[in-house]
Amino acid sequence: MEEVQKKYKTTKLKDVNFWFKAAPVNAFPKDGGACIKYKNLQIAVFNFERLNKWYATQNLSPEKQEMVLSRGMIGDYKGTPMIACPLHKKTFSLETGENLNGDLDPIAVYPVKIENDFVYVGFSE
Amino acid sequence: MKTIIVIGNGMVGYKFCEKFVAKKGSENYKVLVFGEEPRPAYDRVHLSEYFENQDAKALELAPKEWYKENNIELIVNERVSDIHRASKKITTVKDRKFSYDYLVLATGSSAFVPPIKGVEKEGVFVYRTIEDLEGMLAYAAKLKDKKPNAKAAVLGGGLLGLEAGKAVMDMGLEPHIVEFAPKLMPRQLDSRSSQVLQLKLESIGLNIHLSKATNQILGEKAITGMEFGEDDMLEVDMLVVSAGIRPRDELGKSCNLEMGVRGGIVVNNKMQTSDKDIYAIGEVALYNQMIYGLVAPGYDMAGIAVNQILGEDSLMPEEIDMSTKLKLIGVDVASFGEPFMPASKGHSIIFENKTQYLYKRINVSLDGKSLLGGILVGDATDYSMLHQIYLNGMTIPEDPAQLILPAGEGGASFGDVMDLPDEAQICSCESVTKGQICGVIESGEATDLADVVGCTKAGTGCGGCKPMVKDLTEATLKSLGIEVKDTICEHFDLNRQDLYKIIQVKGYKKFNEVLDNHGNGGHGCELCKPVVASLMATINADTANEEYAIQDSNDRFLANIQRNGTYSIVPRIPGGEITPDKLIALGEIAKKYDLYTKVTGGVRIDLFGATLNQLPIIWKELIEHGFESGHAYGKSLRTVKTCVGSTWCRYGMDESVSFGIELENRYRGIRAPHKIKGGVSGCIRECAEARGKDFGLIAVEGGWNLYVGGNGGATPRHAELLAEQIDNETVIKYIDRYLMFYMRTAKPLQRTAAWQDRLEGGMDFLKEVIIEDKLGIVDDLEKEMQTLVNKFECEWTQAINNPEMMKRFSHFVNSEEEDDNLVFVPMREQKMPEPWK
Ligand code: SRM
Ligand SMILES: Cc1cc2nc3c(=O)[nH]c(=O)nc-3n(C[C@H](O)[C@H](O)[C@H](O)COP(=O)(O)OP(=O)(O)OC[C@H]3O[C@@H](n4cnc5c(N)ncnc54)[C@H](O)[C@@H]3O)c2cc1C
Ligand code: SF4
Ligand code: FES
Repeated sequence: MEEVQKKYKTTKLKDVNFWFKAAPVNAFPKDGGACIKYKNLQIAVFNFERLNKWYATQNLSPEKQEMVLSRGMIGDYKGTPMIACPLHKKTFSLETGENLNGDLDPIAVYPVKIENDFVYVGFSE
Repeated sequence: MKTIIVIGNGMVGYKFCEKFVAKKGSENYKVLVFGEEPRPAYDRVHLSEYFENQDAKALELAPKEWYKENNIELIVNERVSDIHRASKKITTVKDRKFSYDYLVLATGSSAFVPPIKGVEKEGVFVYRTIEDLEGMLAYAAKLKDKKPNAKAAVLGGGLLGLEAGKAVMDMGLEPHIVEFAPKLMPRQLDSRSSQVLQLKLESIGLNIHLSKATNQILGEKAITGMEFGEDDMLEVDMLVVSAGIRPRDELGKSCNLEMGVRGGIVVNNKMQTSDKDIYAIGEVALYNQMIYGLVAPGYDMAGIAVNQILGEDSLMPEEIDMSTKLKLIGVDVASFGEPFMPASKGHSIIFENKTQYLYKRINVSLDGKSLLGGILVGDATDYSMLHQIYLNGMTIPEDPAQLILPAGEGGASFGDVMDLPDEAQICSCESVTKGQICGVIESGEATDLADVVGCTKAGTGCGGCKPMVKDLTEATLKSLGIEVKDTICEHFDLNRQDLYKIIQVKGYKKFNEVLDNHGNGGHGCELCKPVVASLMATINADTANEEYAIQDSNDRFLANIQRNGTYSIVPRIPGGEITPDKLIALGEIAKKYDLYTKVTGGVRIDLFGATLNQLPIIWKELIEHGFESGHAYGKSLRTVKTCVGSTWCRYGMDESVSFGIELENRYRGIRAPHKIKGGVSGCIRECAEARGKDFGLIAVEGGWNLYVGGNGGATPRHAELLAEQIDNETVIKYIDRYLMFYMRTAKPLQRTAAWQDRLEGGMDFLKEVIIEDKLGIVDDLEKEMQTLVNKFECEWTQAINNPEMMKRFSHFVNSEEEDDNLVFVPMREQKMPEPWK
């Protein structure tokens, strides 16, 4: 299963060489997330409306290797925007992917941009 | 590799294992443990709790697997019968032989039964093991069947005897305590405090007989009475002997270890017996010519033996603290240090108020500077602090009377927990110091009481130190600038009850309104969002389709998420009644979508393995066949379990199925702090297990008995009687009020049982509120409930008829495909998710 995790690598904005046009803005709940498919990747995209920001992470929860993060709840943990996994409420920073309430491996995070009411996720390959 | 054999798997024997495996170097030893009892070591100190729930597991110190995981071989149900010191072998009753390098004797003690004529009669018990208690329970039940006002006596008015007295009282027998000495708890109390205690115990229904020497137990086969003198006797139907303990030293005697004159295996301050490879610890060990009948010194001895075997030098201290606090009996009694002190050593200060059954005595050194000991009866709240002052030799106020005088009468609240020195031992059972407790908080390892207990084990022994551990935790958190409040999370300085009122009064409809107006400036989290969602649902009679991004994951998708991210589907089957046609429909739908199918513990049918994309399609079909959401995913009504009742059953007193269905349909869909379950039984045989539910009904002559606050789960609890012989209409009225009152005031995720337990004033208060309307709120409660009942709507029907709501049920928003990460494996003709690695 760890094979799956290897497909997800944090991508910095400066390394983006392809912006994937994912879905219209209104396909995502306000202050919540949904999942998109890009090639053979599952990416969770979150519309953090209260911060007026968008975030993208792997959909895979590193604890049990299940594709569930997009179905979790977002919010903040001591000021850090975070996603709580729906299975066991492990929380991860949406900014860095770091596990905030345990010592799990970080999740991969990706840059997001909005253009003409469309959501784009940035990849390096 | 060397072998250690531990004989005896009681509290101290277990502690030896626990301390041993935690040490470096222990991996070089093989540990073999023999226990005579049929189960692994359990918490004897809390033995009396077995009467409440008969749950032996709950008393277990560690499950069998623990021993395995720690490479300890545990052999229970096998007594060691001989020790062969020359060949370093032991033999068991099954005639098996084992070699040892070191032997640890932790055989404890047994109850001492004085040689009174007739003690072997039926109905005479001792109070030491779970089996003893099981025997007592069975005997008491038989007695009560024959004789509703049966009597039981306890021989011995010491610490344990009083505990046993309370136990027989709780079994519904008329309790008598028979003591040889002229006072109760002769070892711990002086005469005056003993008198105060006696008055108090009599006031709660215990009969006390002092200065009684029992000559004979009367009766043919079974006990019928006790004879003290010629015309002096007491009729009793059962007797519990609690006259002290005798060390189980027979093994030591037979292999010629040095023994005490009155028994016990002699040990030095390394816990070694006269054979340096044989250690003795716990209640079998005679140290300083004493057997210490308490668990804390035993635990210390276990630690010393572990260190000695591993080559570390540590020694048992000369002085051993014998302070004790009586538990469970409904009256506070404690004694510490030197309870009775000769006048030549110091002065005593005594406060007594018999009208309130209060007695406090402290003994102060002649120079007035230190506390030497004391006794507390009736109110032992100051025990922990006084005990600490005594143990740590802390300075006391110039007027020591302040330590025990009631506040306002010259008494001052003296002794802040934070004043204790770091070395102060807070939990003597687990040897945890103040420094350790504060340390785990300061280092960030622990952020609340539960963490502290988890990291340090403080409070997991006799539990006597819990209040102090709590105070220390709170004070330390406070000193770090962390506020300890009963708030729901970091985003609100409010608890659920405050939020309830605010949302109700302000009429908020959106999470952000609540957060912006009453939050701390953050953005919410997985704790506060579902709480607000649930409150909105209760207050505005909304379904979970409202603002789905703040719903807990299960509520958001109206289904229970499973291990692999697929979902289960549980349609409502009210009262468990289902037509063959509907049963067939369920079967066909399950087959069509290849869903794993099973009957749940709530007696309805669960279909597992539906993907997010499949949920609405399957529900559409179920709804077409007349099903609706079962709310298995919500903190809401689950099932009202029924037995078949007078519809078919030859014993049925009423239509439990019809009433169960009516109740399930009434409360379906409402959101509460936690899930709610009901049960309706047609007679006292109780086949619906109604007393294990949040609300339960049992049909009796003349109506229904209504019970509330039952719970399964990790802390099972029987529901308590709220009202007797009431009709259907009154039942509904009372349940409406009860549930609504719970929904208004409970904490998040607090089941009715836990809520009811912590309700100040207890059941009496609850009855006053619900039946007598003490708070003048029952009309409101009923009205609010009726609004919820009237506005019920099946949220699945609502969702599939609304295209906007349907958008959430797809795995990808940019593709029709399903989750490609799912792997199922076959299982007994069905399927299941691939196991987690
Ligand atoms: C499906 C079922 C097991 C089964 O296959 O039989 C089940 C499954 C779960 N139970 Fe249960 N419980 C099920 C009957 C029970 C019962 C028996 C009963 O209802 O008579 C109990 C004990 C009675 C009680 O509630 O007091 C029970 C006590 C619990 C508890 C402990 C609650 C407590 O107060 O301590 C939890 C944990 C919790 O809710 O925090 C729990 C939690 C769970 C969860 C939600 C765990 C989870 O988060 O995944 C499981 C959801 C699985 C799912 O997706 O359906 N389940 N659970 C049963 C569904 C009954 C139904 O028809 O709705
Ligand atoms: C009802 C009750 C309430 C109590 N309350 C308190 C309290 O509030 N505070 C407090 O400090 N103490 C209390 N105690 C005392 C406390 O339980 C004991 O001090 C403690 O259990 C002693 O531990 P131990 O391991 O030495 O003996 P035990 O717990 O008795 O364990 C000895 C074990 O060894 C087994 N054994 C004996 N011989 C053999 C053999 N030859 N082969 C194999 N196995 C053998 C026995 O069957 C037993 O399981 C209470 C005791 C009782 C009964
Ligand atoms: S008992 Fe535990 S494993 Fe079984 S269903 Fe309930 S929560 Fe799940
Ligand atoms: S699988 Fe995500 S936290 Fe356990």
